[in-house]
Amino acid sequence: MSRLSSTDTGAAAATEEPTAEDILRRNLLETFTAELGDAVVGSEILRRDLWIRVRPDAWKRAAQVARSLDFDYFCFLSGLDWLPHTWPNPKVEAMASPSGADEDDPAALPADDPEPEAAAEPVADGLRTGVAGGDTRFQVFARLYSVTRRSGVTFKADLDEDDPRVETWSDVYAGADWHERETWEMYGFRFDGHPNLIKLYLPGEFEGFPMRKDFPLLAREVKPWPGLVDVEPMPEGPSGPLSGSEQPAGNGAAAEETEEAGPERPPEREAQG
Amino acid sequence: MAVTEHQRLSYIASQAADARLNVELQTEEMTINLGPQHPATHGTLRLVARLDGEQVVSADVICGYMHRGYEKLTEVRTFPQVTTLINRIDWLSSFANEVPFILAAEDLMEIEAPPRAQYIRTILFELSRIANVSLFIGEMGVQLGALTPVFFAFRDREYVLNLIEAATGGRFHPNYDRIGGVKDDLPKGWIAETRATMDRLRGYCDELEDLLMGNEIFEARTRGVGVIPAAVGLNYGLSGANIRASGIDWDLRRDEWSPLAWKDLDWKVWTHPDGDSFARYWVRLQETREATRMVDQMLDGLPAGPIQAKVPRIIKVPAGESWVHTENPLGEMGYYVVSQGGLGPFRCKIRPASFNNISIVPWLLKGVYVPDIITILASLYFILGDIDK
Amino acid sequence: MLALELSFWQLTAIKTVIVLSLIPAGAVILGYVFLLKMMAHMQSRMGPMEPGGFHGWFQLVGDGIKFIQKEDIIPAEADRRVFALAPVVVLISTFLLYIVVPAGPDLVVQNLDVGIFYALAVSSLGVIGVLMAGWASANKFSLLGSLRAAGQLIAYELPLVLAVVGVVIQAETMSLQGIVGAQADGEILGIGWIGNPFILTQFVGFVIFIAAAQAELTQTPFDMPVAESELVAGYMTEYSGFRFLFFFMAEFGTAAALSAIAATLYLGGWYQPFVTGDLANIVGPLVLGAKVMLVAFLIFWMRFTFPRFREDQLQTFAWKYLIPLSLINILVTGVLKVVL
Repeated sequence: MSRLSSTDTGAAAATEEPTAEDILRRNLLETFTAELGDAVVGSEILRRDLWIRVRPDAWKRAAQVARSLDFDYFCFLSGLDWLPHTWPNPKVEAMASPSGADEDDPAALPADDPEPEAAAEPVADGLRTGVAGGDTRFQVFARLYSVTRRSGVTFKADLDEDDPRVETWSDVYAGADWHERETWEMYGFRFDGHPNLIKLYLPGEFEGFPMRKDFPLLAREVKPWPGLVDVEPMPEGPSGPLSGSEQPAGNGAAAEETEEAGPERPPEREAQG
Repeated sequence: MAVTEHQRLSYIASQAADARLNVELQTEEMTINLGPQHPATHGTLRLVARLDGEQVVSADVICGYMHRGYEKLTEVRTFPQVTTLINRIDWLSSFANEVPFILAAEDLMEIEAPPRAQYIRTILFELSRIANVSLFIGEMGVQLGALTPVFFAFRDREYVLNLIEAATGGRFHPNYDRIGGVKDDLPKGWIAETRATMDRLRGYCDELEDLLMGNEIFEARTRGVGVIPAAVGLNYGLSGANIRASGIDWDLRRDEWSPLAWKDLDWKVWTHPDGDSFARYWVRLQETREATRMVDQMLDGLPAGPIQAKVPRIIKVPAGESWVHTENPLGEMGYYVVSQGGLGPFRCKIRPASFNNISIVPWLLKGVYVPDIITILASLYFILGDIDK
Repeated sequence: MLALELSFWQLTAIKTVIVLSLIPAGAVILGYVFLLKMMAHMQSRMGPMEPGGFHGWFQLVGDGIKFIQKEDIIPAEADRRVFALAPVVVLISTFLLYIVVPAGPDLVVQNLDVGIFYALAVSSLGVIGVLMAGWASANKFSLLGSLRAAGQLIAYELPLVLAVVGVVIQAETMSLQGIVGAQADGEILGIGWIGNPFILTQFVGFVIFIAAAQAELTQTPFDMPVAESELVAGYMTEYSGFRFLFFFMAEFGTAAALSAIAATLYLGGWYQPFVTGDLANIVGPLVLGAKVMLVAFLIFWMRFTFPRFREDQLQTFAWKYLIPLSLINILVTGVLKVVL
């Protein structure tokens, strides 16, 4: 029943028949497109879910349209920052693993990297954005759900990088109030018309917008990412309890065999010494 | 069973009469601060209420005292390392937090865990639900002054925690789910032990139904208190037992496709039409009993086979975005995972249940008495880690 | 009874010492047996096991010593004199209660003719102490708690008094010693040797008295003033050290005293059938002690089982249910007394 992760996921998806849910989503997409017109700049039906990207000036209208279509459950609202990581990235650091016993050739990693099928559209400044596309670094996205239809929709909108602002949803969906406050303090997006756009989680004097990718994670500055094998080497000297008998566990250590299967354990589980 | 119209009207009338009286007497308003250290709030939640006598004029909820920055932290970890982190979001039902994230990663990798692993995941999911909600059933009594039920809750919950520990190694933070399956198989004798524990938990639910839910004082304190109309609840994003207690028949275990084992089971979704604190308590009690029955069914139908699919040693999740949500004990919890092909998530938006559940509190507390603040907060049942991530 | 003649002042001094030691002793015994051990076993745990070796009997005594040696903290904005005086007022009201309770035919500090009337009057002095505590603490939660307490304690005075009126009608005397005598000499359906404990005829009054006593002690289900999950400790929040000890002793001392009064009014007090004369002076306190434990068991059992009433529900219960019920009880008792 298990399938290996394969690099060509596109072929597998294309051969499936549309299910009743997919038909429902296609109908919903058509309805939204009909209601919102040219405000819809991107859409995707993928993996049992529906994404719609709208123009930022139609952000509130999208909410109102959704509300009128029985999407009465407000799930969440948040932001996306598509700037690549600026701090040491797990992907990069894997090539400098202390054990050095990687199975994969580090130099071959970028080439082996599976490219997504229709998801990423590289844009001019090198940002790779996600499902339903995107043109800017910042996106606001929100999810709504219809209890009667048992179906949800994710809305996205591109925001201006220098002045990311969009209309508030808090008078359409009361639950958006807190979510917009959190997005404001974490990303710096302004929500016009929000009654009380103040910090929710962070103390009042906090400066900066922590979830932005250029806000450094100080823990990683102070101590660099430990790497793929998160364990310290055993003490080497004669006073060490395991002196000389065990190697610092690397990725080449034998996986424990069990009767059920020979599963490949995730790397850090093997570091048992 | 329902609050009679007479009760509802008389409660509203008494509050209106008080309000009129206070206006005429020109009394000053008092601001009280519940928390962040307070026996009633489960953790460091702060409630600032302006009172007129014993009635709340306006209330403000200040959270964030426990904010740990999980969404940023997930961006500097590999996928398997994130499960350790997210165990601690809702710490009473910690296995349930791992599941949607792992499912999202599996969704992106297009891997399916073997059926035995899915069953084990579901069994542990329901066990965490029982562990979490059985505590609520007893602990709501403490908020209202009945000291004894919570000790019964802790006593009987220990058996469930022992089961979780036997299977996963950790009582509270199992870190047991893996991309592609689960970490270990179940130990010998676990199934018989679990059946015995489920019987005991059913006895506990019956005992509490008699002791606390059947108590007239409990009913007088909770019926008609904190009524949430269904439309308002949905608008705020209330989920789980909170919205089912307002009459909405919606449960993600039944209504949303999931590779987990719920679709194979024969079970019932419990709703209550009233929407008051009593309804929320009632729904959770029934759900706990239902969860014990589900566990029994799953133990009967547990398939044999491997517990982990073949995944590469170094897990790199293909680029894409995936949203997976499950019916966690506190409500609907979901993860929106954005991957760009690396070892860790590019962005992981965590949608906890209690965040939306508590955002309704300022609206809900207008005009209630001070003791009812406690009843309402207790009945909404939040965990601080869930609000503050 | 005693061979030697003591002057009035010596006798009073001895009685004062006895009562003053009875209050903490009663508080400790009641607190240990019911609050620590009985509550623990009802909640499927053990209670204290270590201090003193055998089932932790020393726990409360050790707590008392601990409280005495603690720092005396008074909030900066508190009214110092009122703050210091409040626990003393409550303790005085408890002390005054013990004066009229008889433990034997001769063992009573002062056998007042208006015994029960005096006891009820004096027990309401505690309300002033509670109000003083809440006001002087300079703490909003304390103030809320003490205002709730004032309302509650005054409201439940009435059922307490009215329930006793039934007993007084039946006993034809207000002196507690006389009430015990009336129960001792009474008959049930012609059988004389067992006496006539008033609980049999005044069972309604007994229930009302216990409920009202529960409220007077601010025990759950009537513990809004000390609602732990809301007001932390209500009017006692700012009290620590020996001042808190005073409140604690007053609370449990009053519990013991009210249980003793209930035992005297309804269960026959120190009277034990077939024990008379000097032997009654030795057996009497033990018998009274046993009956006190029985009544206290009821009170504390209710405390650990029920959730608490909201303030308005509490007042409704007192004014709309207990008082009319006790008035009916008086009416019926009076009629039956004349008729039978």
